[in-house]
Amino acid sequence: MTRTLEPPPRATSPPVTTRTRKRRLGLGKPIPFGRVLGPLLLIGLWSAASATGLLDPRILSAPWTVVEAGVRLTEDGTLPDSIATSLSRAAIGFLVGASVGTSLAVAAGLSRIGEALIDGSVQVKRAIPTLGLIPLLILWLGIGEAFKIVVIALGVAVTLYIQTYSSLTGIDSRYVELAEVVGLNRRQFVRKVVFPGALPGFFVGLRLGVTGSWLALVVLEQINATSGIGYLMFQAQNYGQTEVILVGLVVYGLFGFVSDALLRVLERRVLSWRRTLAG
Amino acid sequence: MASNARGLRVANLVRRFGDRAVLDGLDLDIAPGEFVALLGRSGSGKSTLLRAIAGLDYDVTGTGELDVPDRVSVAFQDSRLLPWLRVLDNVVLGVGGSDAREHGRQALAEVGLEGRERAWPSELSGGEQQRVALARCLVRDPEVLLADEPFGSLDALTRIRMHGLLRELCARHRPAVLLVTHDVDEAVELADRVVVLEDGRIRLDVAVTLPAPRSHRDPGFQSYRDQLLLALGITEGATP
Repeated sequence: MTRTLEPPPRATSPPVTTRTRKRRLGLGKPIPFGRVLGPLLLIGLWSAASATGLLDPRILSAPWTVVEAGVRLTEDGTLPDSIATSLSRAAIGFLVGASVGTSLAVAAGLSRIGEALIDGSVQVKRAIPTLGLIPLLILWLGIGEAFKIVVIALGVAVTLYIQTYSSLTGIDSRYVELAEVVGLNRRQFVRKVVFPGALPGFFVGLRLGVTGSWLALVVLEQINATSGIGYLMFQAQNYGQTEVILVGLVVYGLFGFVSDALLRVLERRVLSWRRTLAG
Repeated sequence: MASNARGLRVANLVRRFGDRAVLDGLDLDIAPGEFVALLGRSGSGKSTLLRAIAGLDYDVTGTGELDVPDRVSVAFQDSRLLPWLRVLDNVVLGVGGSDAREHGRQALAEVGLEGRERAWPSELSGGEQQRVALARCLVRDPEVLLADEPFGSLDALTRIRMHGLLRELCARHRPAVLLVTHDVDEAVELADRVVVLEDGRIRLDVAVTLPAPRSHRDPGFQSYRDQLLLALGITEGATP
């Protein structure tokens, strides 16, 4: 019985205060410039493989050869001209497509007549890949600039339509009820409830559309072009200049990355009321 | 603004979903400034009645007489704030006039949210969001306030504070209030009159005459409570 009077051995050591911290289920703080870490690592591996001779330059030129080619093409004016041509094609195609797609979505989303006339047709168009229309469009428009812009615009318009229309018509019915209770008229309802509520979907459409416009551009410039980045790459393929092809790919990649980044910035500003998982 | 506030009159109201009459010839009058709590089991027609008075029942077949003033505010079970509008813009949503924002600020101050005008709804706690929703009701200077279990999703402590706030606001603005609730204590604590709905008709209509600070421990409170629970088909101690 005396044993129960002894102090428990643990009491002599200081109390343990370390607590295992619970892991957050969200993503935590973003790493500064975290998005460029992956690409930098890939370039490092590529350089190492080229320097040690593991990589045959006929398969893939070394990074520094690519940089030299880029400098050379910039100095003789070929690259800037090609970039200007490609950029204007993509930009005009995107702007036209985005305007058409958004207008159609608004018309279909806000009126039953618009819905009846537009939605079915766009859903049919959606089932046909835009690139599959190329033969027909060449017969109609030739292989000039108009043709390229129309192909790009068609793809962008459908993407933007689908996203914007579904978010316009998918407004939470509780918000519709609220709008009725507080006595909004139709214009106020559209301006204060429908449009802001559809903005997230619209931005998804914009970002998908930008990606789509670059995709269409790459295809177009490789089949029927006499200018632009794709043409430059096509020529290089004939002469086996992998470094020029790579310059073209880098430019396409940069365009895609920068345009998406710009849209992200815009999205964060416009949708600042949203608190999402990514912070 | 109308000088004589009107109350609310419902006569012989029938609402049907298919063959089932959810409201079956219901009569209810609420005087200006009167606070009525509406109790009933789920499916008894509480929400249907509230939606009928709010004018939110389009596709429902029904007959009857509804005399409802122009200025009606509704508080929902969820705060139902638009996440893309700042707090003040939510409060004045649909309110016209150049002084709307000033009234909105006053309403926010009344519910104790002065200085939060520019916050986003997602930055507020559940209780604060529900207070913004109350401010949105107040700013319309309602003659009738309809509340559909507005405290149902709040924790117990927040709910107690909201009860006090609601009582205070109703005493000051004197709208006719119809509070739908499933909480018998809440009904006895807040209301001037408690109405129990059963099968689309009023089963019990009882005036609560307890003095102002109503305590759950008061024997009078207990007897109201027992009476209402009995009307709802629940006898103390017995498992329903």
